[in-house]
Amino acid sequence: MAEPVLAVDNLATHFFTRDGVVKSVDGVSFTVAPGEVLGLVGESGSGKSVTGFSIMGLIDPPGRIVSGSIRLKGEELVGRTEAEMRAVRGRSLAMIFQDPMMTLNPVLRIDTQMMEAVQAHEKVSDKAARDRAVQALAQVGIPSPEERLSAYPHQFSGGMRQRVAIAIALIHRPALIIADEPTTALDVTIQSQILAEVQKLCAESGTALVWITHDLAVVAGLADRVAVMYAGRIVEQGLVDHVLDRPLHPYTHGLIGSVPGEAMPGKRLMQIPGSTPSLGRLPPGCAFEPRCSRAVETCRAGAPPLAQGSQGRAYRCINPVPAEEAA
Amino acid sequence: MLAFVIRRLAQAFFVVVAMVVLVFFGTYVIGDPVWMMVPGDATQEQVEEVRRTFGFDQPVYMQFLTFLGDVLRGEFGRSYVHGSSAIGLILDRMPATLELALAALVLAIVIGLPLGLFAGLKPDHPASRGIMAVSILGFSLPTFWVGLMLIMLFSVMLGWLPATGRGPTMVILGIETSLFSLEGWRHLFLPALNLALLKISLVIRLTRSGAREASLQDYVKFARAKGLSPRRIIGVHILKNIMIPIVTVLGLEFGSLVAFSVVTETIFAWPGMGKLLLEAIQRLDRPLIVGYVMVVVLLFVTINLIVDILYSALDPRVRLTGSQS
Repeated sequence: MAEPVLAVDNLATHFFTRDGVVKSVDGVSFTVAPGEVLGLVGESGSGKSVTGFSIMGLIDPPGRIVSGSIRLKGEELVGRTEAEMRAVRGRSLAMIFQDPMMTLNPVLRIDTQMMEAVQAHEKVSDKAARDRAVQALAQVGIPSPEERLSAYPHQFSGGMRQRVAIAIALIHRPALIIADEPTTALDVTIQSQILAEVQKLCAESGTALVWITHDLAVVAGLADRVAVMYAGRIVEQGLVDHVLDRPLHPYTHGLIGSVPGEAMPGKRLMQIPGSTPSLGRLPPGCAFEPRCSRAVETCRAGAPPLAQGSQGRAYRCINPVPAEEAA
Repeated sequence: MLAFVIRRLAQAFFVVVAMVVLVFFGTYVIGDPVWMMVPGDATQEQVEEVRRTFGFDQPVYMQFLTFLGDVLRGEFGRSYVHGSSAIGLILDRMPATLELALAALVLAIVIGLPLGLFAGLKPDHPASRGIMAVSILGFSLPTFWVGLMLIMLFSVMLGWLPATGRGPTMVILGIETSLFSLEGWRHLFLPALNLALLKISLVIRLTRSGAREASLQDYVKFARAKGLSPRRIIGVHILKNIMIPIVTVLGLEFGSLVAFSVVTETIFAWPGMGKLLLEAIQRLDRPLIVGYVMVVVLLFVTINLIVDILYSALDPRVRLTGSQS
C-alpha cells in the first residue's frame, strides 16, 4: 500500500463542559490511502462528525484535541497554529457539510463565495478566479454555470447547493475531502445523483474521501473501506465487503440486521435494544456491553483491546459474532 | 418595486392625515391659546379682538376646515407666537437637529459596531464583560443627567469643549451647517455623544447577539473550512448577515433621535426643532405643533421606506412587492 493520504493515530478529542468531560472521540485510529473512499459509520453522537472536524482543525472550545496524531501526506496537523491550519484547509484538505441549506452564506452571491475560496489560497485576479468558479460549477453538472454564478443560494435547490459546496471543496483539487453526511438532507433521487457525481469527480482527481454517514446502503455502494464508530471509538473496520458480509462486532451485526432490505418480508426486523450511552458517563468496560446480546462477564472488566485481522481488518470485541450467525 | 413605493406613499398620506387630526383636536382640548397671547391686563374687548383675528371664535370643526383649506392652498398656518409661517420656522431649525441626529447616528455605529463585534466574537474575554457592563449603564442612565455630567467634565472641569450653542455655521448648498469647521465640530461633539449614548448601547447589544448567533452558523464553519482569513469571515460573512437587524433598528431609531432630541437640545441650548417644539407646547402654538408633527411623521415614513429599500439590498431573499406578503 502506498503512503496514506491521511493517518489518524489514537486521536482523542474531548469536550470540557460544565457537566464534566465528554470524550466524543477517544482513541480513534485509521488511515486513508490516496484515492480511497473510507466510510465512517455510526449513530448520532458516536463521534464521527467530531472526528471529521478534528481532522479539519475546526474544534472550538470547550472542545480540544487532547492527544493523538493526524498526519496529512505525512505532515502532522495536530499542534499547528490556526494560521498554519488555514493554509491547509480548503487547499489540500476540504470539507462538505451535512445541510446544504446552511453551508452557503445566504446573503452572498455564489460567485463571491466561490471566488473567495480560490483567492484564499492563490493570488489570482478576479477574472481568473471567476473562470475557475465557472469551470468548477460546470464540472459538478450545473447547467449554464456562467449565469448561475451571479445567483444567490436561495435561488438554488438543495441538491444544486450541495453541488456548489462540492465544487468549492474540489476547487483546489485537495488530497482529501471530508464529507459529513452530505446527502442526508437530500431526497433519494438527488442523493444517488450526488453520490455518483462525487465518486466520479474524486476518481478523476485522485482525491481521497472520508464519507461520514449513518446510512449503510450509501457506504455499501460508495466506500472501499468502512470504519464503524460507537461511543467515540472505532469498533470495527475493514474492507467494505468483508465488514458488511461478515460483521465481527455485535454492534455492526446489529446495524446491518436492522436494515429493512435484508430482512424477510413479514418477519420482525432485528433491533439493537437501548440507546447510545451518554459520552460523559461511559461504562468502565466495553461501551456497547449494556446493549450487547453477546456480552459476557469479562466485557465489564475493561475496554476490549483491538484485535487485528488480515487486510486491515480490526475490531474491538472479546466475543465476536461467529461466522454462521453473521451470514 | 415602484408599486411598493407608491403603496408606501399612499399609506404615508393617511398616517399624516390621521396624525394631523389627532394633534389638531388634541391641542384644542388642552387650552385656549389666547391667554398666552394677550397681556395679563388686557380688557375683554382686546381678548375678543385677538380671538376674531385668529379665528378662535369659530367652532372647532370650522377652525379645522379653515386649516384644511389653508393646507390645500399650500399654507400650513402661521405661528401664533412668531407670526411667521410655522413650516418655515420648523424647516429653518431642521438642519441643526438633523445634523445632531446624524452625528449621533454615526457615533453609534462607529463606536457601537466594533465594540459589539468584539464582545460577540470573544464573549468570555474580560473586555467583553466590561463592554456589556458599560452598555447597561448607557441604557439606564437618564439622558439629561449624562448631558449635565458631560458638560461638567468636558466644559467646566477640563474646559476642552464648549457647553452650549452651535458655534459658527456656514451655508452649504442652501443648508446652514456647522459640519465644515473645527469649531462647529467642537460644539457638536458633546450633544451628539449625549444623544448617541443610548444608541451606542443598543448597537453594541444588537451587534453582539447577532455576531454570537452568526458565528455558530454552518456557513461560518464552511467559510473556515475553505481556509478564509478571520478578517474576511468576520468582515464579510458575519457582518453582512448581522447588518440586517442593525440597519432596521438604526433606521427606526434615527427617527426617534430626531423626534426626541428635545432633551439634549434643551440641555446644550442647541437651536434645533426640539427646542422649538418645547416652546410651542408651552405657548399652545397650535400651527407650530401640528407642523412639527407633520414633519416628523413624514421623516419617519421616509426613513422606513429607505430602511425597506436597504433591506432588499442587504438580504437578497427580500424582494419588495406591491402586494402584502
